[in-house]
Amino acid sequence: MAGPNKETLLDWYRQMVLIRDFEETCYQLYQEKRITGVYLHLYSGHEAIGVAAVANMHIGKDHIITAYRDHGIALALGVDAKPVMAEMMGKSTGTSGGKGGSMHIASKNHNFWGGYAIVGGHLPLAAGIALEAQYNNTGAAVISFIGDGATNNGYFHETLNMAGAWKLPVVWIIENNGYGMGTDIDIAAGNPILHQRALGYGIKDMERVDGQDVFKMYDTVQHAMEHARNGHGSVLIEAITYRYRGHGVSDKQYDTRMADELAEWKANKDPITLLRSKLVERYKNVEHDLSKLEADAKKAVAESVEFAENSPLPDTLEYLMSNIYVGQG
Amino acid sequence: MSTKNLPMREALRRALLEEMRRDERVFVMGEEVGLWQGTHRVTRGFIEEFGDKRVKDTPISEMAIGGVAVGAAMAGLRPVAEFMTINFAFLALDAIVNHAAKIHYFFNGMFKVPVVFRAASGWGDQATASHSHTPEPIFAHFTGLYVGCPSNAADAYGMLKTSIRDENPVLFTESIALYAKPGPVPDDEDYLVPVGKGDIKREGKHVSLIAYARGVDWALQAAKELEKDGIEAEVVDLRWLRPLDTELVFESFRKTNRAVIVEESLPMYSFGSELAAQIQEHCFDYMDAPIKRVSSLDVPLPYSKKIELMALPDAAKIVAAVKEIL
Repeated sequence: MAGPNKETLLDWYRQMVLIRDFEETCYQLYQEKRITGVYLHLYSGHEAIGVAAVANMHIGKDHIITAYRDHGIALALGVDAKPVMAEMMGKSTGTSGGKGGSMHIASKNHNFWGGYAIVGGHLPLAAGIALEAQYNNTGAAVISFIGDGATNNGYFHETLNMAGAWKLPVVWIIENNGYGMGTDIDIAAGNPILHQRALGYGIKDMERVDGQDVFKMYDTVQHAMEHARNGHGSVLIEAITYRYRGHGVSDKQYDTRMADELAEWKANKDPITLLRSKLVERYKNVEHDLSKLEADAKKAVAESVEFAENSPLPDTLEYLMSNIYVGQG
Repeated sequence: MSTKNLPMREALRRALLEEMRRDERVFVMGEEVGLWQGTHRVTRGFIEEFGDKRVKDTPISEMAIGGVAVGAAMAGLRPVAEFMTINFAFLALDAIVNHAAKIHYFFNGMFKVPVVFRAASGWGDQATASHSHTPEPIFAHFTGLYVGCPSNAADAYGMLKTSIRDENPVLFTESIALYAKPGPVPDDEDYLVPVGKGDIKREGKHVSLIAYARGVDWALQAAKELEKDGIEAEVVDLRWLRPLDTELVFESFRKTNRAVIVEESLPMYSFGSELAAQIQEHCFDYMDAPIKRVSSLDVPLPYSKKIELMALPDAAKIVAAVKEIL
């Protein structure tokens, strides 16, 4: 197999720097109180996982769903940064019209069924979406991300068991960043080798993958998608990664408590740096392209901020009360 | 309209069967719904007709049953998920109230969740405290959800069909005590009871007995008793706890000026509390007496028969309450 070509790799790079820039900009905006609220969970550090997963989708056919660390998935799919940023600010131009906020970004056109705020709560939704694919024999597969913290609640057990029993076409990707909020997975799990749980549910175990290496992630998800699409049922992947920010941005202790670990991951295992050096090594004179992509990302994010800040805050009772029920307007 | 006399369970079965024949997207899932024919026999014969694709026996996993049904509904199917009893639906409360009821709103209309959660409710046959709840008002607390609670076979038939055809999530409860109770059911596959529409089950002018589900049954028994004393009680069956047909209640109250609210559920933060508040707010000038409430006593249901029945409402308690305010 030839593997992804230069154009594809540059596109992955584009997505990753866009996500990083978007997330770090959100972080700054939050400090400046230009993004308000209490919940803002950033994807910095996890970029290779989302990008590699999306790269394996037939957009518009396959499905994707995640938890509240959801901005990066939207951007990787190609959802315009402007309405995503507008949603952060609660604007009516946001992806959810300001009703969902950071944790509830979605895009129907991309079969991105959203970000969800209850830990593990979206897992049975993923299985239900996969049930539709199986029911109507569409040949589609569902990608569902799972935080390591979610592997310890009942949704994980019940859903993966049902997915195993019914051979539902889901690629379950655990994003193991080592911490469920602030609690170390080694403290939280009886067996912290999370992929081994696949055995208990009769689903395919694809073991641990370096989640910072977009190439390895891509290959793994590719095999997993083939398995799911071909009627063999679910697959469990454990991607090892690291969170560059606290569980949410309101976590003030994170940077100091984790200083050593953070420095180590950023210096040696940064997914963007790793991809960048691969590209520089592989292609002559690629620096210019990369710099341009970095500048483009900055520009796109700056424009998204401008768009969001210039958009109106919804402010009518009618708007507040709309879309509670279908058919109600 | 011609009718057939059917027990409520059979009316429900027929509604579900016809909807599955009508719409390929409709399927049932739940514990024991297939090979074992359904705990309450509502899905009797389904697996033979529709196969295991559309009649899905699930593991004992209420969280997953609730959430998988939500996901399937979002993706375009019409799941009818059965919780063997509503007591077990507590395990799925998150999927029901945080997801089924909220997804349309928090994505500002992007997705629909046309799911029906069926659950058998209540009782009084020594099922004990954890297996005897009638917590419909808890679910009705949450906007985004419809809550349907039929009191007889015909309503059960028309309300279940409406619930399946509606684009919104519905929690649909079935009083276990009424499953075997027969009643005339219309011979009309498109017989639909509109969402949020209550019904006057008996007309009267002296007092309004306001109820839903099994409460209606007790209220009708009480009305018969009261008739012997020349008291004409009007029985108002709300049928849906959400949307709540408050106009029908107010109309009845403005006529009778007195009300006894009847429910199998517990007394605090209840159907009765809600309606009493709404009546005083909207019909204060029509009020001739305090509003009375008859509900289960504020106690976990025990096992032993005599004390169990003591905790539940009945016609005699309703008659006594009416006499206190006349």
